[in-house]
Amino acid sequence: MAKLVVNGQPQAVDVEDEMPLLWVLRDTLGLTGTKYGCGLGQCGACTVMIGKDAVRACTVTVGDVAGPVTTIEGLSPDRSHHVQQAWLALQVPQCGYCQPGFIMAAAALFQRSPKPTEAEAIEALTNICRCGTYARIRQAVRILAKA
Amino acid sequence: MAARLDRRAVLKLGAGSAAGLVLGFHLPARLGAQEIAENGAQGNGFGPFLNAWLRISPDETVTLVIDRSEMGQGVYTSLPMLLAEELGCDWRRIRVVAAPADPIYRNLFLVHELLTKGEDIGDAADWFVRRLSRVVGQQVTGGSSSVRGAFKPLRTAGAAAREMLVTTAARRFGVAREECTVEAGEVRHAPSERKLSFGALAAEAALLEPPRRPPLKPASAWRLIGKSVPRLDLPSKIDGSAIFGIDVRLPDMLFAAIAMPPVFGGKLKRYDSTAVLKRRGVSAVVPLPDGVAVVADNTWRAQAALAELAPEWDDGGNAAVSSETIEATLRDALAGSGRTAEAAGDPAKELSGAARRVSADYELPYLAHATMEPMNATARIGADGIDIWIPTQVQEAVQKAAAEAADISTAKVRVHTTYLGGGFGRRLEADLAAQAVRLAKAVGKPVQAIWSREEDTTHDFYRPATAARLEAGLDAEGRLVAWRQTNACPSIMARVFPAATWLEVDQTAVEGATRMPYAIANRRIAHVQRDFHVPVGFWRSVGHSQNAFFKESFVDELAAAAGTDPLAFRRRLLAQAPRDLAVLELAAEKAGWGDALPPGRGRGIALHTSFGSIVAQVAEVTVSADGVSVERIVAAVDCGIVVNPDTLRAQIEGGIVFGLTAALYGRISIEKGRVAERHFDDYPMVRLGETPEIEVHVIASDQAPGGAGEPAVPPVAPAIANAIYAATGKRLRRLPVAGQPLTT
Ligand code: FES
Ligand code: FES
Repeated sequence: MAKLVVNGQPQAVDVEDEMPLLWVLRDTLGLTGTKYGCGLGQCGACTVMIGKDAVRACTVTVGDVAGPVTTIEGLSPDRSHHVQQAWLALQVPQCGYCQPGFIMAAAALFQRSPKPTEAEAIEALTNICRCGTYARIRQAVRILAKA
Repeated sequence: MAARLDRRAVLKLGAGSAAGLVLGFHLPARLGAQEIAENGAQGNGFGPFLNAWLRISPDETVTLVIDRSEMGQGVYTSLPMLLAEELGCDWRRIRVVAAPADPIYRNLFLVHELLTKGEDIGDAADWFVRRLSRVVGQQVTGGSSSVRGAFKPLRTAGAAAREMLVTTAARRFGVAREECTVEAGEVRHAPSERKLSFGALAAEAALLEPPRRPPLKPASAWRLIGKSVPRLDLPSKIDGSAIFGIDVRLPDMLFAAIAMPPVFGGKLKRYDSTAVLKRRGVSAVVPLPDGVAVVADNTWRAQAALAELAPEWDDGGNAAVSSETIEATLRDALAGSGRTAEAAGDPAKELSGAARRVSADYELPYLAHATMEPMNATARIGADGIDIWIPTQVQEAVQKAAAEAADISTAKVRVHTTYLGGGFGRRLEADLAAQAVRLAKAVGKPVQAIWSREEDTTHDFYRPATAARLEAGLDAEGRLVAWRQTNACPSIMARVFPAATWLEVDQTAVEGATRMPYAIANRRIAHVQRDFHVPVGFWRSVGHSQNAFFKESFVDELAAAAGTDPLAFRRRLLAQAPRDLAVLELAAEKAGWGDALPPGRGRGIALHTSFGSIVAQVAEVTVSADGVSVERIVAAVDCGIVVNPDTLRAQIEGGIVFGLTAALYGRISIEKGRVAERHFDDYPMVRLGETPEIEVHVIASDQAPGGAGEPAVPPVAPAIANAIYAATGKRLRRLPVAGQPLTT
């Protein structure tokens, strides 16, 4: 029985310790905003925050989670997080599938470094967007970094 | 002309809706000659095909049933805009729902364009094609056809509903219709300062006979069309609430991981499920016609159990096929003359008599779609039939595949289209539907079948590997007088619709090589078909993605041979193509064509028309010891009337990145009959750090709308290859760029 705090809610989940956090979120807790893209830490679709860090939820087992988990559903109650607002203002998403992961990675970046340089942003945002929304993501990051 | 409003559809739906206006509109079985003529003038070349229903409820909500899939291209916004433009409703009251699978939603525009290559054809031929279109027509989102096909029918539907509402209001006011105006979801009578809302009028309006030819607003009166209306689906895509196929959750549902024969055409030999069935959460191991699945109560448990199952495969007869053998076959095939797709003048004679003769062979590899959302479908079988939730571009094909898998009639299959986590043509295939249905049947519970990334990469329907031979003749002044192109590649249509290849060349193999904007008096374009066991399919922009690379690279080679600037060389060939020329000039001007660049940098230009839109791009690259860095891509676009400019820009930006990934990294290779690449480490994608600065310049136009989703892809690869040539003198005749030496 693993104990977790997800989006502020304590959760006890009866699963194997080696189950990746991704699948506990999606299939056990029903938090489907966190996406599966590769299961190997290569795409970032599953990015959540553990504590203040952006973590690819497919690469951390539920037994290893040390700290409160924030998913896209818990980032803000009303889409008011400044990253979400910037994403909306610039109409970033296309299909939208990669966006929760991207937004969580960006939210963690801005929490750690409110005025990131371009190089820092590139290093922090290595997620894949097959629809190719990068130009707008870059624009959103530039605007947020100046705000 | 008016979309013909189908009274039966109105009644059918109207009966089920307590109160409210419900309108159906669909393709008339046969179009009159005059109607065709009018549509020809509109540029669509064919009548109103798109089908949808709109409904206005007493609470003022306007529900629009959208029959195209939302996969990021913005159709859940642009199609409602067309309808709302004429209806005059309050935009904030629009609600969009996905259409079920139904013949009424067939994409005849797409089929017609495919069969006619977008050209006007003679009366008899047109009649034949239309008949054929109706027979093979499918509910499809593809071919960048959504807005193009909907442009008139959806506006007509909105206008028809508006007329019915106005008629009803005028009757209630006791005034002439002409005295009434429509504004923000209300019919107003200014002289008496009275107004009635759509919701209050809808039930009564629904009893009227829909007008067949309601007047449409002139372009000058448009309020929505041409505005960057924010996407209706985006709020749900920044908070995790948008439901993609993989997010569907049903009571009691199970999850299935699937393994398929690694060599295409192989078969399941044996497996031992004893140990696997003891694993926690595993409920069944199910053999399938195309593989084997483990069904469990959680995706990871299913995947982990499948890994332990380690089924054995019979590889079949193709285990010796490799990229090398395929490429050699295609190369050899270039010696054949193939089937002629287009011919003019006497290219053979002009080539042999030319002052200068240039020829070059090019090759492109197979490519996978790699949608971010892996292939999946969720099926539930009940006493009353099958429900299937699926991110699909082809609702009808899904319905058919599901019905066949369960051996029931298609009428008993209900298709629920979720959001698509990318389509790019991959979701034109219905393979997942049958798998999900078979599994749900086998275990007696709802099942979500979901592929791993590895299955997704290794069991795609790939863009065909292609070899091309191009030959041209220049006269003494360096003018292009003859052009010959032969493509050797597998046929997509031979797989999906063989009849389309009986009479003529598979258009998907030659599209973009034929109908060039350049004026070349003597030319021949041909296809030599060579099929392999690797399944091929529609990949964003299809044949254009290869042919733009061949054509635009070769034009650059000819410019070099003629000692002419690549822009000037193209300009001279476009004297009779003013629209193309304007796009080319705009891209060149915005990119600063001709401005000095530091050493190691180069600019390349490419122009290509596809899906009714003209796109030119100038790429700027730096070539160094570290490889190629694409610094900037400037795009100019003429896609006719633009319904939503911001959505168009997004599609151009995304198309450029898609093309860039293919140009820099894209290669699916075959080893021992199977796909060698598996994940994003060996089938890499461009990421933020490699994304160039992208500029999009759109030419204002009143021509018929062109496509948006695909036309930006084709010019990317040649623009980059041409830029690399400008920077280094090295001509790339194969892709991807990665792994090729770039010194001369
Ligand atoms: S699913 Fe976790 S990184 Fe791709
Ligand atoms: S928006 Fe589609 S993958 Fe990023």
